[in-house]
Amino acid sequence: MSKTTNVMIVGVGGQGTLLASRIIGNVAIKCGFDVKVSEVHGMSQRGGSVVTYVKFGEKVHSPLISEGEADILLAFEQLEAYRYMQYVGKGGKLLVNTQQMDPMPVITGAAQYPSDILGKIAAKGVEVIEVDALALALEAGNVKSVNVALIGLMAKHLDIDKQVWLDALRDTVPAKFLEVNLKAFELGYR
Amino acid sequence: MKKLMLGNEAVARGAYEAGVTVVSSYPGTPSTEITEYISKYDEIYSEWASNEKVATEVAIGASIAGARSMTAMKHVGVNVAADPLYTASYTGVNGGLVLMVADDPGMHSSQNEQDSRNHAKACKVPMLEPADSSECKEYVKRAYEISERFDTPVMVRLTTRVAHSQSLVELDEREAYELKEMKKDPSKYVMMPAMAIKRHVFVEERMRDLATFAGESDLNRMEINDTKIGVIAAGITYQYVKEALPEASVLKLGMVHPINADLIREFASKVEKLYVVEELDPFIEEFCRAAGIDVIGKEVFTLLGEYTPALIRKAVLGEEIPAANVADEPVPNRPPVMCPGCPHRGTFYVLHKLGLTVCGDIGCYTLGAAAPLSSIDACVCMGASIGMAHGMEKARGKEFSKKAVAVLGDSTFIHSGITGLIDVVYNQGASTVIVLDNSITGMTGHQQNPTTGYTIKNEPTSSVNLIDLAHAVGIKRVVVADPFDLAEFERVVKEETASGEPSLIIAQRPCALLKNVNYGAPCEIDPQKCVTCKMCMKLGCPAIVYKDGKMHIDQSLCDGCELCTRVCKPGAIRKAGGSNE
Repeated sequence: MSKTTNVMIVGVGGQGTLLASRIIGNVAIKCGFDVKVSEVHGMSQRGGSVVTYVKFGEKVHSPLISEGEADILLAFEQLEAYRYMQYVGKGGKLLVNTQQMDPMPVITGAAQYPSDILGKIAAKGVEVIEVDALALALEAGNVKSVNVALIGLMAKHLDIDKQVWLDALRDTVPAKFLEVNLKAFELGYR
Repeated sequence: MKKLMLGNEAVARGAYEAGVTVVSSYPGTPSTEITEYISKYDEIYSEWASNEKVATEVAIGASIAGARSMTAMKHVGVNVAADPLYTASYTGVNGGLVLMVADDPGMHSSQNEQDSRNHAKACKVPMLEPADSSECKEYVKRAYEISERFDTPVMVRLTTRVAHSQSLVELDEREAYELKEMKKDPSKYVMMPAMAIKRHVFVEERMRDLATFAGESDLNRMEINDTKIGVIAAGITYQYVKEALPEASVLKLGMVHPINADLIREFASKVEKLYVVEELDPFIEEFCRAAGIDVIGKEVFTLLGEYTPALIRKAVLGEEIPAANVADEPVPNRPPVMCPGCPHRGTFYVLHKLGLTVCGDIGCYTLGAAAPLSSIDACVCMGASIGMAHGMEKARGKEFSKKAVAVLGDSTFIHSGITGLIDVVYNQGASTVIVLDNSITGMTGHQQNPTTGYTIKNEPTSSVNLIDLAHAVGIKRVVVADPFDLAEFERVVKEETASGEPSLIIAQRPCALLKNVNYGAPCEIDPQKCVTCKMCMKLGCPAIVYKDGKMHIDQSLCDGCELCTRVCKPGAIRKAGGSNE
């Protein structure tokens, strides 16, 4: 069985991770791959830790990605990168937004937000590529385009023609936000 | 044309292609999108019912009237729908009738992990279980054929990973389905003892016929590869097995009830070692054992949670999951929280402050149990809050009810809170019930309900007047209060709980995620005035953080609701930009 390309997207409910998985799914179809995208809706969307799996290739069976199997872990937030770093496989990459969001146990003082997360992950031998997606989104003109800036970053690290991504973006994003999102994509891709 | 579809969307497509014309459901994760997608087809009448029991009854009526009908619900919804379902098994159908049920192994968004295959067995109806979106669509269409051929409702079971995974689906045309003739037939449709006794005989014959069908149908298929290991699997675990054990022989069951024993025996005879891989209960395994077929099942697999390919490799091949790069320190959890601007925050802040015993219910507001609001003492199922509060009072006396409340959402109140409220009044209880009226069904992602004044298609309709309703069932004390007016809300709760009479408080403020809710600019802390008393942190708002010895409000999270300004004694919180609008 040929190997699938495994992309895992993690973040905080409300950050727009579902749009990211939808766009990669669209890209994979345009390339003629079999594809599966697994999301979780409902309670965890309320500011909780959210995980989406995207797998594509000649044939995809399980929609899940196991530990050590992700080619790309796209993390929308540092703590979530830390929580799921064991999913990055050999030769895989962690693409991470440097934004930090305190979870409720940190807010209430029951736990501490770990320091130097990205340094600690890199020390384990994981290739870490970081970006301040919030700054890119602001530069693009809308704080809500963080997710699309990160999609741009991911596009750069997947071996798929850039034009396919731009087409998928056009198919998925509402027309009135397209300009801002195309800009955010380019800033992430840069 | 191939399209990437959620399992739930593919079910909707299957209903469309099968010529279904009536669908009635109650929302529940992970089943909700089935009916949301169906509502987009103008050819199908669809509705949100007041609960799963009513939804199922609507589908039964439509079937008797000759239409193909559907109802969709989450696993615990089947408990509510069980009463009509178990007897619809006796009446059988006229037009095809399908009950979609979505189980939630791993409890991503549920209060228990029940396995609805047990319902199919207990109510004696066939159950199909698709393994991806393409099968979701195909199996729904097959379910209608089976329903009409064998005169039975058919259950189709999804699990979260099928319902909420997207995969490719080939689209087909809608079948032209004519309403079947509707004939008066009390011996089939009026279930009183004389008729039901005869129908039970039919039901048992039908299940035998269906078991025979299961032995012939291509819904069940053998994939013979290497015969050292054979696996019986259904639904999502089939996909996990194909990935984990690509060499193994597999018996894929598309129909999980009834099962054909000869089919299992035939497969067993072809392989050296036979495993059953199924999440949750040993349903297939127990069937095999009862039929005298030797299988390996729950002695190596867990009864808990979701499976993964890695878990299957470990159980079958003894392959350890390779040591991974884990963090060397504890990574703080990130549990779900009430959104910034959530109206429930005000309610639970007051309940926590007053130290009341709180019987909670099912919805976003169950999060009121989590720190720092830490208010809810018990939560069991939809509508249970009121009955539980009444039971506590009867156990501990009337004085106890002065320190206790029941709290539930508007949709949950309609679902099954009303009956509890009537019980309180009728049996001379003194419970205070708080209905959190946020103008929408929130948790499942914003569905209309009978209190909102809009249908599933967002057409205006009449809405339940909760005040009139409470008066009509005999409650004299009904108060509407704004949970963001903390002082007034606290006064109301104190007064109503002290009254010694049954009382209904309607906590009215819309969900912060509704499009028409706009609180304007976010708030910020005035560092000159802030004394770091941390009173604002007692609200448990994710936008308010304490960092480097100072309070901060995260401008990207805050929605400007200003609830925090009401607990800030020094007046150190203001709208960003300096102006207090």
